[in-house]
Amino acid sequence: MQVSVSVSEENAEQEPPAQQVSAFLERRREQVAQRWADAALFRTVFTVSRDEAVEAGRSVAAALAAVAAAGRLDDIRAPGFEAVRDQLGRMAASRGRMGIDTDGLADEVAALREPVTDLLRAEFPDPNAPEAQECVLALTVLMGTLRLVVLETTVSAGEEVIARQREQLHEVATPVIKLWESTVAVPLIGTLDSARSQTVMESLLDAIVAERARYAILDITGVPTVDSLVAQHLMKTVAAARLMGAECIVSGIRPAIAQTIVQLGIDLGTVLTRASLADALAYALSRQGVEIAPLRTDSAGVR
Amino acid sequence: MRASRHAAPASLPIGSDADLAWVRQQVRQAAAELGFGLVQQTKLVTAASELARNTLVHGGGGHVEITPLDSGPAPGLRLAFVDAGPGIRDLDRAMTDGYTSGGGLGLGLSGAKRLVQEFEVDTRPGEGTTVTVTAWATVVPPARPGP
Repeated sequence: MQVSVSVSEENAEQEPPAQQVSAFLERRREQVAQRWADAALFRTVFTVSRDEAVEAGRSVAAALAAVAAAGRLDDIRAPGFEAVRDQLGRMAASRGRMGIDTDGLADEVAALREPVTDLLRAEFPDPNAPEAQECVLALTVLMGTLRLVVLETTVSAGEEVIARQREQLHEVATPVIKLWESTVAVPLIGTLDSARSQTVMESLLDAIVAERARYAILDITGVPTVDSLVAQHLMKTVAAARLMGAECIVSGIRPAIAQTIVQLGIDLGTVLTRASLADALAYALSRQGVEIAPLRTDSAGVR
Repeated sequence: MRASRHAAPASLPIGSDADLAWVRQQVRQAAAELGFGLVQQTKLVTAASELARNTLVHGGGGHVEITPLDSGPAPGLRLAFVDAGPGIRDLDRAMTDGYTSGGGLGLGLSGAKRLVQEFEVDTRPGEGTTVTVTAWATVVPPARPGP
């Protein structure tokens, strides 16, 4: 774009402030980048060489110039930002790894404003002239938008991480373990909401079929709260397992939970329960005629 | 130990299943900080879970106010579950074990009442329901009248 700014001329045709800011950022890109390279945000991210920091500053300045040229000073969705969104995201993530929280990052981005507005003021013979003021204001708005863009990249990065971890949690949350011939167990950990108990029930019933299990142990040692909904889920799972021909044992009921269940008025009388997973396994084994006994030391090594 | 800390009441939204988990965690933490024993923590958290679910399922969402009470002889925790839902039409029936309008076990209100020391329901048809429960950290057994 051909932009000629000669602000010193008395009767120069005045361009909109956004265009002037854009032209200024193009013209002074190198100086701006040099100043920014010394600012905390760039200096701490690009520690290997200053050239890298300057290069990063150049591309941010170029992106800002493009946004200003499009006249979208306060639009965080301006296409001009796309070129640097990845880079800004990486810089923000890098600061995050160094222990800088969002507040600190916001301050560091805000600190980029002063060097560049100083440079802009110096462009005008009279920094207090209305035209100069308008341009500085436009640049200030633009730098505020940059700040928002940086924060937005960190927020969306955080959301991605949360969504990914939620997926992972769902996957790892319900392992069905084969403990013995025809005996399977599910160690339940964490909150047992409707979605999870559905997953638990499905994977348990699948395992009962796959392992031809006669005994299924639901261990709730890792479930912090058993309220009426959780109890209802447990009872439904037990009933479904029973329909598949497996006997279900609920184990790992801690003393505090036991007292709470009783006071809440939940009747688990139809459900076979044991205090610990070991007790539940011992029960399942004994029902199959398997006994665990200590090795007799005198006969050891004879055969 | 007490009186050195004056914890402010906190308000948590109840609008989704994830909020229920957050309410349980916050109630457990508040109770633990006030010196509730493990059994009392578990009972209060369970009651909170029942009532918060009522707020979500029957009240269409709302919020809970968690107020630590540390000025009395024993530290306590007051939880107020507030919704602007349809209200409870027949409170006596809703308080009956086994009565349910939501497909549950019908133990939410009645069970929660047994898990705390103080229990109060304020419901107005069409305006909403506020269930306020209070639990105290150390329970002094009430003097039993002689036989």
